[in-house]
Amino acid sequence: MTTLTGTGALTKLAFRRDRVMLVIWIYVLTAFVAFTVYGFKGLYPTTAERIQFAATVGHNPALLSLYGPMFGNTLGSLTAWRDAALGGVGTGLMSIFIVIRHTRADEETGRLELVGSAVVGRHAALVTALLVSCGANIMIGVLMAAAVIALGLPAAGSIAMAAGFAGCGLAFTGVAAITAQVAQTARSARGIATGVLGVAFLLRAVGDSASASGLRWLSWLSPMGWDELNRAFGSIRWWVLVLPLATAVVLATTGALLAVHRDYDAGVLPQRPGPAAGRAWLRSPLALAWRLQRSSTIAWVTGALIYGLVIGSSAKGIDGLLRSSQVRQIVVRLGGQAGISNAYLAAILSFTGLIAAGYAVSAILRLRSEETDGLADPILATGASRTAWGLSQQAIAAAGTVVILVATGLGAGLGYGYRSGGGGAEVARLAGAGLAQAPAALVIGGIAGALFGLAPKASVAGSWSALGVAVLMLLVGATLQLPHWVLDVSPFQHLPKLPGGPVSVAPLVWLSLIALALGVVGLAGLRRRDIA
Amino acid sequence: MVDAIDVAGLRKAYGKVVALDGLDLNVATGEVHGFLGPNGAGKTTTIRILLGLLRANGGSARLLGGDPWSEATALHRRLAYVPGDVNLWPNFTGGEVIDLLGRLRGGLDAQRRASLIERFELDPTVKARAYSKGNRQKVALIAALASDVELLLLDEPTAGLDPLMEAAFRGCIEDERGRGRTVLLSSHILSEVEALCDRVTIIRRGRAVESGTLSDLRHLTRTSISAELARPPEGLDRLPGVHDLDIEGDRVRCKVDTDKLDGLLRALSASGVRSLTSQPPTLEELFLRHYAGDGPASQRQPANHGSASQGPANHGPANGGPANDGPAAPDRDGVPA
Repeated sequence: MTTLTGTGALTKLAFRRDRVMLVIWIYVLTAFVAFTVYGFKGLYPTTAERIQFAATVGHNPALLSLYGPMFGNTLGSLTAWRDAALGGVGTGLMSIFIVIRHTRADEETGRLELVGSAVVGRHAALVTALLVSCGANIMIGVLMAAAVIALGLPAAGSIAMAAGFAGCGLAFTGVAAITAQVAQTARSARGIATGVLGVAFLLRAVGDSASASGLRWLSWLSPMGWDELNRAFGSIRWWVLVLPLATAVVLATTGALLAVHRDYDAGVLPQRPGPAAGRAWLRSPLALAWRLQRSSTIAWVTGALIYGLVIGSSAKGIDGLLRSSQVRQIVVRLGGQAGISNAYLAAILSFTGLIAAGYAVSAILRLRSEETDGLADPILATGASRTAWGLSQQAIAAAGTVVILVATGLGAGLGYGYRSGGGGAEVARLAGAGLAQAPAALVIGGIAGALFGLAPKASVAGSWSALGVAVLMLLVGATLQLPHWVLDVSPFQHLPKLPGGPVSVAPLVWLSLIALALGVVGLAGLRRRDIA
Repeated sequence: MVDAIDVAGLRKAYGKVVALDGLDLNVATGEVHGFLGPNGAGKTTTIRILLGLLRANGGSARLLGGDPWSEATALHRRLAYVPGDVNLWPNFTGGEVIDLLGRLRGGLDAQRRASLIERFELDPTVKARAYSKGNRQKVALIAALASDVELLLLDEPTAGLDPLMEAAFRGCIEDERGRGRTVLLSSHILSEVEALCDRVTIIRRGRAVESGTLSDLRHLTRTSISAELARPPEGLDRLPGVHDLDIEGDRVRCKVDTDKLDGLLRALSASGVRSLTSQPPTLEELFLRHYAGDGPASQRQPANHGSASQGPANHGPANGGPANDGPAAPDRDGVPA
């Protein structure tokens, strides 16, 4: 196997490069599940309470589409239900980042060329990426199983659940192995793989909320469906674990075959020539910012619209299905408001707010990568001022965030209105509810902007951490029954619960002002500091 | 007329690493000025301060009569810059980059753009990620040269070009000089500097160690002499300014400080000169003498004239810094070409 020569040395190097990142991923994902167990222990201590909870969940399409089906009524069942979909998203994202980082990203920067000229086989880099990703997923599986067993859950179920999450990560390891060959830049390789992850989540969401005779089979097409369909803590179906493994093997092998059939630094698709001259509109920092963010923004908005449509249509009829106070309580705890379908939609939209904040952060951090890639220098050496350069990217990031949120609300309104016969009123109502998420998402984006101006070296880690805190507050904050002042750290905590709740304008206004102030502070910092 | 660039006592430190330690640099309007120095000497830092990308810690810098930090935007419309390490947006074609940079600078001459693309044999429809280093360099050069500006700041602009393109580049700079534009050319390629530059400044460890026209600088160096005499010479080793003396019977080889040439020639002719070759100092020798101090100690020659002697600088510039891939790499000169 001379094509694998050097894999050992490369793998060692990769683990060394990733040691901090891997520890954080493994810790956060393990802790997320452990906290869920701990939180549910406090919330539903008795079997009777859990049976009632399980019964309400089992009949609620909204909760089903958000989290998936529940198998059984033990503490373990609740945990597996609550974390299956999101845990799969976590391991999936981690795997995508790891694989792309050691394949396409290294190829793009030319690092791989340097390494490849040494005694290193053709497949060594890809296999290294696969090994690191598999290693990380296995670590998560082992630690997570150990953690929940230590918290008192049955061993077999714990292992099945943890293996399910790890399996989802392995499947996306395979997906990334392919997108790393197809796309030419690390950015788009990550983008495509994350898009596949989004589709997998939607397939699962639609399948899980469908009736048994309907589209329920869709869940079987999604790695995020598999990690719940193995029925950990129910009557365990071990064979389901074969699905992600087989998928990973098939996809990774395909990736390796594609790698052989392309040139170094090229994608699978042939390089097409572009325009010989810049279009007439490409003449300002704002035009440049749009040109740089265009394709990712369009992809985000499209995804948001589709996501909105799916959740909107699945929200229909929830009101009639169940009027249990407990479901209401669950959904309210997730950030929703009374009136089940409203509550469901409000809960979903608050997730969308976080997702849009993710877009905002990545769009703002484009400034940082432009700076470190030496792409800021040529622009700032022209008549473009620093303010114009920074403000342009901020403007695109802010506008994109707003459009993504409105698109989600719009999609949800269309889907819900169509199914419920509510028509145009629903569209306007939900688009508005989506828009109401924007101030909080923009605050997170503003933090990224301020850090970029004031502490550029800390901007990447700092802004993602800020988003991470907001995500944790929403996911486990209420389950853990954290005190109010802790939850209040997250800007999303202050938003009115829309649709359904009272529209309070004040928090929207002052959150917007905070976001604006953060952006201004960032620009002021940018004007004063050295460009790296 | 105001000098295009007037830098005095410029200082810049990155934490404890001193990149510029009292740099003086003077570029008259209309001249092509060579800016030379070993890797990590502070050339790129100087240029980035002149562009207002970095803020100096001390000293003064004037660019086109203005302040490079506070008047950056206005000054930038009057200059064009080619970075030493040209990175382009991977999805942009070369043509798009040229137009974008030109327009941001305030417009570019379409005819010049077309003729430069032809001259540099660039395919403007190729996406930047597919360009080689040399082609990326060409994109930046064309964008700069096609702009109607007074000053060109070029940071090792020919580092990735093949000899043919380098010749094209020289032609372009000659044209620029003809148009009365000022050029600051940072370079390692001595023949290029010798061919193009009116004056040069050599910097080392953040200070200017020499500055002047090439013939000025030549006076500071030694001429190589080899002679065949009628009889073995006497007393040459006692002459001032004679170095590396090598006498084999009636053949003499040595180097002599250019200002002491006269004395040596008199002494030689006293012994009857049969043949004489004299080699003027090359820029290369001048270079090596200044560069050597930064490299391994091997090539250092004893410098016995005051103006170029350099006290032991206690601050190593960036070239000895840790090779981390963090964003804080203080000077792109430190990146091996």
